[in-house]
Amino acid sequence: MAEPTDTSPVALRTSPLAHLADRMRTAAVTGARGVTLAERPFLTMVNLRLDPASEAADRVAKTLGAPLPRECGHTTASGPHTAVWLGPDEWLVLSEPPIDTAELRQALAGDPGSVVDVSANRTTLELSGPAARQVLEKGCRLDLHPRAFGPGRALSTTVGPVPALLWQLDDAPTYRLLPRSSFADYLARWLIDAMSEYRGPEVP
Amino acid sequence: MLLITCPWCGPRDEAEYHYGGQAHVPYPERPADLDDEQWAAYVFYRDNPKGPFAERWMHSTGCRRWFNVLRDTVSYEVLASYRLDAPRPELPQAGGNR
Repeated sequence: MAEPTDTSPVALRTSPLAHLADRMRTAAVTGARGVTLAERPFLTMVNLRLDPASEAADRVAKTLGAPLPRECGHTTASGPHTAVWLGPDEWLVLSEPPIDTAELRQALAGDPGSVVDVSANRTTLELSGPAARQVLEKGCRLDLHPRAFGPGRALSTTVGPVPALLWQLDDAPTYRLLPRSSFADYLARWLIDAMSEYRGPEVP
Repeated sequence: MLLITCPWCGPRDEAEYHYGGQAHVPYPERPADLDDEQWAAYVFYRDNPKGPFAERWMHSTGCRRWFNVLRDTVSYEVLASYRLDAPRPELPQAGGNR
């Protein structure tokens, strides 16, 4: 007799990096040059496009609880939602727990624009620890020094050869990298490789 | 490697962009009236100046917007970048050590 299985979509889903979870855990480095890597799967991501000067933008901001960021690199957070600037009329709303897209669509109220759930488009990698910036600097062309980049900033760029959204959470520093799901395997392996150096003593 | 300033995102590495050819090539006003030679000129023929050249670029890993760049084809110096709705900027007259 077949065992009863939970067939709800939430129970059946598999994150793009589930097969690397153990590898990422064992790659963690502790100490003064510590750095850890983990996947934060199933963040809800909503792509939002609208005219920032329109009334719809105000209505959406009200629904989110925070104004939409107007400048490159900026994010605005309110409760479980963070709105990330992707372009002059494009944002990515990251939420955990999930945001109700119907509410946002209602706020748009038929004005030109779109609200699309793109949660499956990307996955989230969390890179944290004193050496996290050094790991990223091996393959990211942005200036990640605190004078140019800091907590609450997010930019789309490339890490290694992989296009990803890079978002800094705190001063640890903790970064979140959001690559496309199909590139996530490569990026995770790339990061694991880049982290391995910090296990040993510093080479002067 | 070029350092190109995106009008929205600021200076970024050339590898973040895609090239889009010559800028300011208007679509024919009366396309139906064009003969083959004129179509060919519109579709394929582009300027190849020695010096400042207005060209289109797209910030593909950033904001994904098209914009125009004024680049010197001799020195590869990026002279200006501007949005698609902006006119081609006037260059300051050659001075200094030129």
